Amino acid sequence: MHLMYFTEQPMSAYPADEGKKFGATALMFSNRHYDPVEGSRLYNEYIEHYKLVEEVGFDGIMLNEHHNAPFCMQAKCNVFASILAAITQRVKIVLLGNPLPLADNPVRLAEELAMIDMVSRGRLVSGFVRGGGQEQLATGVNPAYNRERFEEAHDLVVKAWTQPGPFRHEGTHYQHRVVNPWAVPLQKPHPRVWIPGVLSKETVIWAARQRYPYIALSTAIDATKKIWEHYDSVAAEVGFQGGPEYRGYLQRCHVAETEEKAMANARQFMWMQGEFTGLAHPVWSTPSGYFSPSYRSAFVEFAVGRRSNPRGSAFEEQIASQQIIAGTPKTVIPKLRRLLEETRPSIVGFWASDGFVSDADARTSIRLLGHEVLPAVREMGKELGLLSPFEAESPVSIKYPPATAPAAA
Amino acid sequence: MSAIATDVAWTAEEVRVAGMKLHLRRAGAGQPLLVLHHDVGSPDRLPFYDALARRFTVYVPSHPGYDRSERPEWMRSARDIAVCYQWLLGDLGAANPALVGLGFGGWIAAEMATMAPRGLRRLVLVGAAGIKPRQGDILDQALVSYIDYVRHGFSDSAAFDRIYGAEPTTAQLEQWDLNREMSFRIAWKPYMYSPTLPHLLGGVKVPALVVWGRNDRVVPLDAGEQYAKALPQARLAIVEGAGHFVEMEQPDELAKLVVDFCAGA
Repeated sequence: MHLMYFTEQPMSAYPADEGKKFGATALMFSNRHYDPVEGSRLYNEYIEHYKLVEEVGFDGIMLNEHHNAPFCMQAKCNVFASILAAITQRVKIVLLGNPLPLADNPVRLAEELAMIDMVSRGRLVSGFVRGGGQEQLATGVNPAYNRERFEEAHDLVVKAWTQPGPFRHEGTHYQHRVVNPWAVPLQKPHPRVWIPGVLSKETVIWAARQRYPYIALSTAIDATKKIWEHYDSVAAEVGFQGGPEYRGYLQRCHVAETEEKAMANARQFMWMQGEFTGLAHPVWSTPSGYFSPSYRSAFVEFAVGRRSNPRGSAFEEQIASQQIIAGTPKTVIPKLRRLLEETRPSIVGFWASDGFVSDADARTSIRLLGHEVLPAVREMGKELGLLSPFEAESPVSIKYPPATAPAAA
Repeated sequence: MSAIATDVAWTAEEVRVAGMKLHLRRAGAGQPLLVLHHDVGSPDRLPFYDALARRFTVYVPSHPGYDRSERPEWMRSARDIAVCYQWLLGDLGAANPALVGLGFGGWIAAEMATMAPRGLRRLVLVGAAGIKPRQGDILDQALVSYIDYVRHGFSDSAAFDRIYGAEPTTAQLEQWDLNREMSFRIAWKPYMYSPTLPHLLGGVKVPALVVWGRNDRVVPLDAGEQYAKALPQARLAIVEGAGHFVEMEQPDELAKLVVDFCAGA
């Protein structure tokens, strides 16, 4: 198994009453409420948490990025990836990921990722995402070409990593006279690429076609199973067998010394989902052209307030469906067993705290996870045969199939 | 003008331009007049269209990628649409047409005029996008819901309710979403204007009428003032009691302005 730690890096140190008054805090909530003194404190706390994460035995640290929003302080995941490359020694640095459509220069992205891979001595996992709807607005990128830009930028990054330059790229959305970055990844043929997602069938299909592991982000167990059915059928079509090494799951999981404390802190997972201060206005999170056309009627109704978020549900429901797990190590472990038995992922991200969880409680959660939960999960992984892509030595992508054994002489 | 206009017979057809199917409605007789609709699309019939059709041969196409016209995946600008409509006018044999552009359609009409000014009889721009206002900005529909955006186009919300209903149907929302997506595809950045258009309007030496609703909250009146100044033979008319959708809020007054202007020698 590959067990990762994740935090959104919440920037909860802003006047919450102002956030409530404004409503949706992603995109348009004024940054006059941003206090850089608190920002500096929080960034440095998160760095200390990451050091502790490595110390207590996690295999990887998962990073992401968002824009214009208190729920996530990482405006550029490559910045924290660079920091981790220098201050950690062992953990994989798992970016889930760089929002490709937001890049106006994918070649520069390929260079940055190659630098991170070299500085970290080959510990980079370079996931890619489409970016949230409001991210397109925050960066001025056309949501109507989101998926086209994602695919074209991906192809260009991988080409820049793997094919010697100089070459020229004349694409639909990107044109580059000279592609010849003076930095290439240490890992060959290139760093592993994992694709996280929530809902879009198109992304599941695309990931399976590339033979990239897909990381389901806190979906309900039944929905996760449907994702794997879908992934596996596409995998079969393109000629490989799906399985644990292609399956990742991000589990919201807060562990504390008492049940009461764990449950109280777990409520903070709803902080970014809108229960406390709101995430993005539905119109901002689902700009036209961004979402899957197969959900158009659901999203237009969501956008005008006629139905709830097709992606969200209430805290109690999420506890019941195990989208959120909270408790002491003793009560959390059986729930994780259910997740592993029913959905068989080999990559599990532990999203351990959110919102206003204190520094001390966040550290306790990391320690309890590392010392008591991870060893149990590893045992279950062995028992259930959940080999990670590293353990299974699965190919980096469909372009690099496993070498066939030499024919017997 | 009667709200129940049974005297005008409209026909609808599909025409092919630049490899795509366009939905085209037409009615009336006389000199050709092309009406170019807003970025939110257009109801099939409006009293304003009927009033024009009593005097002219009126063509109302759905823009490529809007309402019932096919989406051309390759299209990237309002100018691309303008070229397609020049092509369409040629195929229709509509010589010396008048152009009446509404909002976003006004931008397309202005682009068409700069391309072929000598082939044009009259140019009417109503609350036209296409020029960057010196004060204020063109309202960014990406930040407001489908319903709120259209409501912003009316000075009196009751007019919205009359035309779309107080709670528009899901089918209408989906159509607005499709139209919005097409607007993003061709007018995302810069949003709803062309930095080069103002420099090209000086060659449009045909009589031009620039009309603005007094309470236009979508395209600031300053854009109208710039159009009126840049077009050599233009005058600016302000319609009271109207927002951006002048043709839906004050159809009688706008029809009279346009008919008088386009029928002139």
